[in-house]
Formats: sequence, C-alpha cells, structure tokens
Amino acid sequence: MRIIVQQGSFDPGAELNAFSKGRSDIGAIVTFSGVVRDVIGDELRSMEIEHYPGMTEAALTKIASEAQARWDLGDLLVIHRHGRLEPCDVIMMVATAARHRKHAFEAAEYLMDYLKSRAPFWKKEYTKTDAGWVVSKTEDEDALKRW
Amino acid sequence: MDILYFAWVRERIGLPREQVQTTAATVADLVVELRAKEERYAVAFSDLSALRVAVDQELTEFDAPLEGAREVAFFPPMTGG
Repeated sequence: MRIIVQQGSFDPGAELNAFSKGRSDIGAIVTFSGVVRDVIGDELRSMEIEHYPGMTEAALTKIASEAQARWDLGDLLVIHRHGRLEPCDVIMMVATAARHRKHAFEAAEYLMDYLKSRAPFWKKEYTKTDAGWVVSKTEDEDALKRW
Repeated sequence: MDILYFAWVRERIGLPREQVQTTAATVADLVVELRAKEERYAVAFSDLSALRVAVDQELTEFDAPLEGAREVAFFPPMTGG
C-alpha cells in the first residue's frame, strides 16, 4: 500500500505500470484519475488545492486500511496533489489490485467516495472573472451511506 | 492550544493558525470563545452546519470534548478527488 501526497505532477501511466509490474498474483487492476475540469460558462485559469498536512496522510491511510480490510486486495495506491494546478492536469489517482475484478472495482469506488468527503482537501477555482471555493455536493456525502 | 483554519475559514479569519489559551470543555465551547474575539470570527463561525472540525487531526463533532487536545482545526466540508 502506498499513499502519496505531493505538490508536483505525476504520470498516471508510469504509476500504473510500476504498480502492476511483476505481480502474477493479480488478475484485475482498476484505476481512477481525477482531472482538473473546465467551469461551464466561464474560463478556468487555474485551481489551488489546499490540504491539512499530517491529517491528510492519516485520513488517507485510514481509508486505505479500511478498504484492505473489506476487500481481498493485492495492493493499492493513492496519489493526490496539492498546490496550483492547471486545466487538464491530473489531480489524483487511485489504483487497486486484486485477484478478481469485483474486489478491485468496489475497493476503488469506496476509496474515491471516502477520499472525496473525508480526506482534508479543498479546491479553489480561479476563472477569468472570479475566484471561489468549490462547494461540496450532498450526493458526495450520501454516497458514503451505501458502504 | 493550536487552532488551525483552512480554505474560506482561513480567508475569513485572516490567518492559518494561532495559539489560544482556553479552558473550553468542548469544541462548541471553544467556538463560543472564538466568536466573542472579533467580528471576523463571529462571521466565520456564524453557521456551524457549514463547518467541519478535527481534534488532533481526527474528524469529530462539535460536542466533542477538548480535554488533552493539542490541536483543533476548523474548515468547510472537504472537496478532494
């Protein structure tokens, strides 16, 4: 299990290759990447991601450990960036590896659902005309109820 | 005790962290003390349903006890991913 919180960019393809290399016990790998998206009706110039050093790593480790306890995973990876990002930049990725796909899919969804509303990250969008904090969605909180 | 603020809470109060002397028994008691400090605190803490709190880097509720706590952080709901 690897949990990485970093300012710099990363290559999701290279991370995936490194994650899966030499693992003959793994039959399924699921990955998810979050990407900086445009703002409808405006022009996104950049995004600033703030986090809570210390708590971020602890919260991600707790979520990842819970996923490992619930599903039969060979390995899992979480990378999340902070600081200034630009449109189309990769914000974060999760990867889960398991013998069978059901475990890998479910664990990846679980990680994303919890990461979104339980890991201390906050996004601020800077558009051509405005700057504002991204507001959390009630469906993100609701998504936790299915687990 | 160290008090930390993040995102718009940090912006509204105007600083990322500060040390306060407090005898507050719970997070809610601490909020009452902070609100009384200055108008900018009263504004930031006007609607607790818009805020989340962590005590010693663990997410908790506003009725959580503060005994032995070293660090309390206030922030809006998280938006990672």
